[in-house]
Amino acid sequence: MAECHPVGFQWVMEAKRRGATVIHIDPRFTRTSALADTYVPIRAGTDIAFLGGVVNYILGNELDFREYVLAYTNAATIVDESYQDTEDLDGLFSGFDPEKGVYDPGSWQYAGHAPDSGDTDADRETARPLRHESHGPPIPAGTERDETLRHPRCVYQILKRHFARYTPEMVERVCGVPREKFLEVCQAWTRNSGRERTSALVYSVGWTQHTVGVQYIRTGAIIQLLLGNVGRPGGGVLALRGHASIQGSTDIPTLFNLLPGYLPMPHHAQHASFSDWVAAIRHPGQKGFWADARAYAVSLLKAYWGDAATAENDYCYGHLPRMTGDHGTYQTVLNMVDGKVKGYFLLGQNPAVGSAHGRAQRLGMANLDWLVVRDLYLVESATFWKDGPEVATGELVPEECRTEVFFLPAASHVEKEGSFTQTQRLLQWREKAVDPPGDCRSELWFVYHLGRIIRQKLAASTLPRDRAVLDLAWDYPVSGQHDEPSATAVLREINGFEVASGEPVSGYTALKDDGSTACGCWIYSGVFAGGVNQAARRRPGAEQSWVAAEWGWAWPMNRRLLYNRASADPSGRPWSPRKAYVWWDAGKGRWTGHDVPDFEADKDPSYRPPLGATGVAAIAGDDPFVMQSDGKGWLYVPTGLIDGPLPTHYEPAESPVANPLYRQQSNPARKTYPRPDNPLDPISAVFPYVFTVSRLTEHHTAGGMSRHLEYLSELQPEMFIEVSPELAAERGLSHLDWAHVVTARAVVEARVMVTDRLTPLRVAGRTIHQIWLPYHWGGAGLSVGDSANDLFGIVLDPNVLIQESKVGTCDLRPGRRPTGPELRRYVDGYLRRAGLRKG
Amino acid sequence: MSVAERMGFFTDTSICIGCKACEVACKEWNAIPTDGLDLLGMSFDNTGQLDANTWRHVAFVEQTHDGDLRWLMSSDVCKHCTHAACLDVCPTGSLFRTEFGTVVVQEDICNGCGYCVPACPYGVIDQRQGDGRAWKCTMCYDRIRAGGDGGRAGSGGGLMPACATACPTESIQYGPLDELRDRAARRLEQLHGEGVAQARLYGHDPADGVGGDGAFFLLLDDPEVYGLPPDPVVTTRDLPAMWRRAGLAALAMAAAVVASFVGGSS
Repeated sequence: MAECHPVGFQWVMEAKRRGATVIHIDPRFTRTSALADTYVPIRAGTDIAFLGGVVNYILGNELDFREYVLAYTNAATIVDESYQDTEDLDGLFSGFDPEKGVYDPGSWQYAGHAPDSGDTDADRETARPLRHESHGPPIPAGTERDETLRHPRCVYQILKRHFARYTPEMVERVCGVPREKFLEVCQAWTRNSGRERTSALVYSVGWTQHTVGVQYIRTGAIIQLLLGNVGRPGGGVLALRGHASIQGSTDIPTLFNLLPGYLPMPHHAQHASFSDWVAAIRHPGQKGFWADARAYAVSLLKAYWGDAATAENDYCYGHLPRMTGDHGTYQTVLNMVDGKVKGYFLLGQNPAVGSAHGRAQRLGMANLDWLVVRDLYLVESATFWKDGPEVATGELVPEECRTEVFFLPAASHVEKEGSFTQTQRLLQWREKAVDPPGDCRSELWFVYHLGRIIRQKLAASTLPRDRAVLDLAWDYPVSGQHDEPSATAVLREINGFEVASGEPVSGYTALKDDGSTACGCWIYSGVFAGGVNQAARRRPGAEQSWVAAEWGWAWPMNRRLLYNRASADPSGRPWSPRKAYVWWDAGKGRWTGHDVPDFEADKDPSYRPPLGATGVAAIAGDDPFVMQSDGKGWLYVPTGLIDGPLPTHYEPAESPVANPLYRQQSNPARKTYPRPDNPLDPISAVFPYVFTVSRLTEHHTAGGMSRHLEYLSELQPEMFIEVSPELAAERGLSHLDWAHVVTARAVVEARVMVTDRLTPLRVAGRTIHQIWLPYHWGGAGLSVGDSANDLFGIVLDPNVLIQESKVGTCDLRPGRRPTGPELRRYVDGYLRRAGLRKG
Repeated sequence: MSVAERMGFFTDTSICIGCKACEVACKEWNAIPTDGLDLLGMSFDNTGQLDANTWRHVAFVEQTHDGDLRWLMSSDVCKHCTHAACLDVCPTGSLFRTEFGTVVVQEDICNGCGYCVPACPYGVIDQRQGDGRAWKCTMCYDRIRAGGDGGRAGSGGGLMPACATACPTESIQYGPLDELRDRAARRLEQLHGEGVAQARLYGHDPADGVGGDGAFFLLLDDPEVYGLPPDPVVTTRDLPAMWRRAGLAALAMAAAVVASFVGGSS
């Protein structure tokens, strides 16, 4: 966190000053470790084993916050009798189809619930679980419960059996963490949780970049739910995003399978009609706020297509694109390599350096008709065709590269107005400080005018396919010499307005399903309440409460802490005065407190839904998790995940170690792209070391914003490889000498930094060496070097299609790598020795 | 020139996270050239030391004691000494003491003689190659003068020095020196109370060899570990005595000459 979020880290230092204990778990000793009370080195890719060990410690010693767990989680819920655990099936859950590598989740349901009749193939191809970032998937109403938690099929007992073998000894064997160190973490975490105290779990997005990334975070969430650390001040599972407004880019997504506010992008077969689509979102009998999904969906279509969207034409639902399968970024790149893609837009993205398997990225981009790159500088993704690594190896010949590259200079964040959404879901408005120089323009300018010109060119078209573009409500006010569209007008549209009057709505509960309201993103509704840009509020902290509700605006409805009903006990009283946050004021018959209650304001804690209730009325007065279809925090996930209802330790797709827990080596449901240009290493002696990559404070991601600046470049002037003194001795490396790292995909070189900050680990009775590389470098800019992400192949988490780009296996050799055509022959030699290539 | 309160820096290295925002902010505000792109292999330090082109410098010290690793980070800067030798030896008056008690080089007066360079007991001030003039931290004299009150918090005028403004953890604190010394004493007491026995202040004592520093530090180890002299002494300390002695000698000589004439005439 100190490395990549130094500004946010000030609050960790402030907490530490007030007595907080800071524990840092990382394969490598970083600037965060330097300031932590305890540092725990861990083998990359073994986090579920570690956290599963914490779950086992909590359950084995009955240290869970029982009152919270019983009332607010699904611990008491009974699971279907056909469910079989990974403990029964040696690393597989019931329902696995080994031919397809896909689970049928039917047996994972709660008892008495009919299995979801969804199309699991399509769910998998389109990463359906990503929809559940804001809410749980639908389940039928009514669950069987055992409040004593003794029923063998209740979630509590299943969890206990599932993690029983994750003992301190096993953690030591799998993760390389000495058991005393592990127990120290368990004790600190549990001691600091419960009625009087809360602990926060903070992760950076590298945590998600694993074939089991979603399940990493699930394990963290299980611990936090068991300890009562969710929905309470000082608790939570906090995701630190990789750069500014990444939260914003999932809320109003740049993802192929989502529309704004986590509405699903329609699938051609699953959502053939408008009513199919709406029914899939709200689900018949759905509990909670998604029951009003039709209003959100209609209002979104009204925002897109304005007057053209009517009840008669299903609000232009037919204009929405349809998914036909996996359109994720990695499938797209492989399609590019195969010549199936014509054009590609890169807005502030540098996949030639930043994405896994850089060679596939570059060769794919070299096989297009056209490529548009909008960035601050000429980044590698704009120049790879003339000076990339494949030009050096002879795989690319600049004169013959068919891709026409258009580079359009972009305005920086100080040269345009707009909002950022940060990790707390807080929207903060930004003013323009200076005009962008020369031809630099904002993204808003680019997209608006591109759309305007396309619409002009199509104006005379009578083709049905062009209606979607021609019917768009594309009418934003512009100003200045370059006709800059108004970002404020866009925010107003995102907030939503009454179609007749144009007046902004006050929030999503004001949205209608009859076409009388338009709203660009229902969860952001309220950001322009009262006609005021709430995101632009900057009342100083000293002039308001510690919750600082008047700094910016948080979705939904300016709630700073989600599910904060859980900060009070079932009867509505704070769990303790020290941790009071929101509570029930019986005198006034309302929820009140420091934050906006994340609950119906007048719903009495004793409220029980009548039989057959749906929607918000089906949420009981003591069900804090209002976006979950049973109102509970899910320790066990009966539906909605592709790779299992519980997290299980699997080895990374590339690992030098056989899974010590199960015969099943890696996540059986991981998404693979087996093809000759994407080889992955099975366990082999050819690639004996583990490597991991991450960022330095001094540089930003793929370097487009830092390696072109001299003040930042001089602080970390070149690529390097960090190794422990032990590994340096084993491989004959000296400090600052050259060395190269080889994987099944690539070889990269850099100078060596020998440091005690990396340490060999004892894993399953042998020594495992880990190598660390920063991934910022490429061939363009003031500071240049080989790209560490070239080392990775393409293998993904099945739930959300994110790549495993934080762990792999490699070899390490002294000296510089080969150059020219010899380089590929060198890598091919490794592939042959590893048995990955014949001949 | 009216004399304002003496302003200073208190750099609390126990909360430095090594982000180097101070180095970048300093260079941006003062438009300082880079030191060049060199991988030094000194942990994460690639600017090496304070010099003409680096006026804030973050040191990274990796230590291993009994298998336990410690990574010390510390942002160094000109000490703005109470008794500043650079100022004493400057023949042109380019170096001067400001109304805030800080020591500043006037770049339009400096003639590049370089006398100040060996005079500094900390090795801070340096001549820029190809330019010849001496350069160092000004405690952002132009920023703290804006508004004229030294940028005291809440006063509404003046700006804090760039490094202190950029520092995310308030490891670099700027303010009236007396207040900073009080704050530092309380912080030291807190750390000692938490069992951080090695914590100590450096440059805070007006009785030390430079009369106390305008920029002082809280360190977690011996000053030498961070590349700081353990017992700095103003290099011009003995000058007055030397001049006195030289003067006495000259007087004695003159007296002898006079006496010889007087004697000769007798």
